[in-house]
Amino acid sequence: MKTLILRTASNYLLPILLLFSIFILLRGHYLPGGGFVGGLIASIAFVLHAFANGLKDTKKLLKFHPGFLMPIGLAVSFLAGLLPVIGFDEPFMTGLWMHDTIPVLGALGTAMFFDIGVYIVVQGVTLTIIFTISESA
Amino acid sequence: MTQQLLLYPLLFQLFLSILLMFFWKKIETQKIISIVGGFIGVFLSALLFYKVWHYGTQTVQAANWEAPYGITFVADTLSATLVLLTAIAGMAVSFFSAASVIPARLRFGYFPIYHFLLLGLTGAFLTGDIFNLYVWFEIIIISSFVLITLGGEKAQIEGAVKYFTLNILASIIFLTAIAVLYGLAGSLNMADLAVLVPQLKNRHLVEVTAILFLVGFGIKSAVFPLYFWLPASYHTPPSAVAAIFGGLLTKVGVYALIRIFSLIFLDNEFLNDLLIVIAVLTLFSGAIGALVQKNVRKIFSYLIICHIGFMIGGLGMFTKVALAGMVFYLIHDIMVKTNLFMISGLIYRIKGTNNVKLLGDLYDKYPKLSLLMFIPLLSLIGVPPFSGFWPKVSLIIATLNEKNYVLLGAIILGSLLTLLVVAKLWSEVFWKKGEELPVRKHFLYFKQMDKARKFQFLAPIVMLAGVSLYIGFGAEHMQQLSNRIASELINNQQYIDAVMPQNN
Amino acid sequence: MEFLLAIITGLLYAAGLYMMLRRSMVKLIIGLIIISNGANLLIFLLGRITKGHPPIIPDGSKVFTEIYADPVPQALILTAIVISFGLQSFAIILIKRAYQAVKTDDLDEMNTIEEEIK
Repeated sequence: MKTLILRTASNYLLPILLLFSIFILLRGHYLPGGGFVGGLIASIAFVLHAFANGLKDTKKLLKFHPGFLMPIGLAVSFLAGLLPVIGFDEPFMTGLWMHDTIPVLGALGTAMFFDIGVYIVVQGVTLTIIFTISESA
Repeated sequence: MTQQLLLYPLLFQLFLSILLMFFWKKIETQKIISIVGGFIGVFLSALLFYKVWHYGTQTVQAANWEAPYGITFVADTLSATLVLLTAIAGMAVSFFSAASVIPARLRFGYFPIYHFLLLGLTGAFLTGDIFNLYVWFEIIIISSFVLITLGGEKAQIEGAVKYFTLNILASIIFLTAIAVLYGLAGSLNMADLAVLVPQLKNRHLVEVTAILFLVGFGIKSAVFPLYFWLPASYHTPPSAVAAIFGGLLTKVGVYALIRIFSLIFLDNEFLNDLLIVIAVLTLFSGAIGALVQKNVRKIFSYLIICHIGFMIGGLGMFTKVALAGMVFYLIHDIMVKTNLFMISGLIYRIKGTNNVKLLGDLYDKYPKLSLLMFIPLLSLIGVPPFSGFWPKVSLIIATLNEKNYVLLGAIILGSLLTLLVVAKLWSEVFWKKGEELPVRKHFLYFKQMDKARKFQFLAPIVMLAGVSLYIGFGAEHMQQLSNRIASELINNQQYIDAVMPQNN
Repeated sequence: MEFLLAIITGLLYAAGLYMMLRRSMVKLIIGLIIISNGANLLIFLLGRITKGHPPIIPDGSKVFTEIYADPVPQALILTAIVISFGLQSFAIILIKRAYQAVKTDDLDEMNTIEEEIK
């Protein structure tokens, strides 16, 4: 599906969608949103890019295999859950929050890092699945 | 930090699989991490077991949400024992995988997925929340799907389709049961459900829910009318994978049945009778299936089904003696079945086939190895004083106490048929004069391996045989353990109090 | 609303089971997808439906002031959807591989493992 319109549009849509996905990720703090949805939106951005420009270009754009995102995201989430166990002797995944709020982000806590981990894992998984399916098709 | 000791075996497996994923391409590093990690896992689980044995049931409220609202992790004696057994079997199998699984399979993330499987098993044993149990089951089946298809041979894929379909169906039935239970009781915490469900007015719907759980877990633990996926798939993956599947995957279904029927759905005549009928039929069909098979691994697959019957029967009687026998059998069975599938892998490496008709001569050529393989086979039959004998004594005493002669007959006949199967196996595989098999190219025979690899091959088998021997000769300890577990199962109040101390 | 959802849930279960009993592998997967959607809808239905009151605490207050929808079924459904998302993508790859290996879509012809062992 290499039409000029889609290709041009996808070049602009990719950064916008990625930005939007981060917005959704951070919005998940207090409102509907969060890591899973954000990760899906981010992977949709890449899938759209792959539709318009072909899988090769998208892979070139990503520079590394998306499967590599999975252990990174898992590690981030795991550490966010482990922090209360190691540092504060609280049960696994207890939410720890900073007292002062930070502009834009709001109150900073382990839950956010957990969500960021989910965001990365979902991207890794979705892109791996879709790349595998479309490669073998 | 000791407060959360309960979660360490769980978190450690998760940590291992994440670490292993970072070394995706480096197989040799993965082998080392997996084996060293296996040892640490056994150590952590042993610590947990020690703590539970001395200080009673441990709980952790994940994320600090109090009991009926958050997810609770509970380690009573049964859970701690099974976590320890999982860790031991897991360590043995990761040792065995490092030697026996071909690199072509290892390259596609065998070890990370394998540790995800162990994570799922540990989680399923430790969780105190029924939906969380569903999630752990899904982790188990997703990783087992990957392990069973890894390599992609035709027979494997065909087996995987059957395995996949029925396991997903089981999960969906389990999910449906959870939905109905949540609609009825409005809670997911098993201890809370143990308080709420007996008070419910709508007994018929409760019974229907119990049956839904029974069907869902029944498929997973391969009981009588629902076992057909097991012999169709368990002989296809590499023997290391079959070992962990055979040892633990069906047992996790049995564990779930024990939990559900000892906590939530209690004292139901109909259900207990149903369980006993299922047990009798499972014993017969498994044993008779094993009798006619010609493939070593298929024989073992049918024996898994047969011996699930002992446990279901013990659960169906639901007396203290019966439960102690059942728990003892569960402990013994995990070790022996894991070992048997590793032995099938060893036989395959020695001869290049698992077909009983072609095999032979093993005793002549490898007398010491044959003796080693004899130990788990004897434990399997239950020749005194090997490990299979003692739980059967408890089960038989329980049937006599209950005057349940049908189950008594089934247990004795099941044991006899197992004896027959093993005798047949022994004479065919070990004593018979075998014919010269054509030498397979590109196949590493056992005698061609170097010392280190032979050691890696035999060490886990020796280790598990040692554990089996300990279970048999140290039966007194095991009996104490199972008696304690049985009394905890019968008197579930302490489980409830441990999870929700604020109720008192 | 509940009545309608109950009927739809029943229909989804029936359709899913019907599809699973077909001989084609593709229909088998479609059946699994449909039946798992039915299960999700069942959780939603049995978790008591409350219309128009999302379980979000309004700005400025600390606790809920009026009735709200139970968030647990929604969390359960979300989890179940995520899991079935993974399973379904695995299933699709699996049936493709199975098709390549066996060269047929018919489940009845997938019995070579039984025959090969002499």
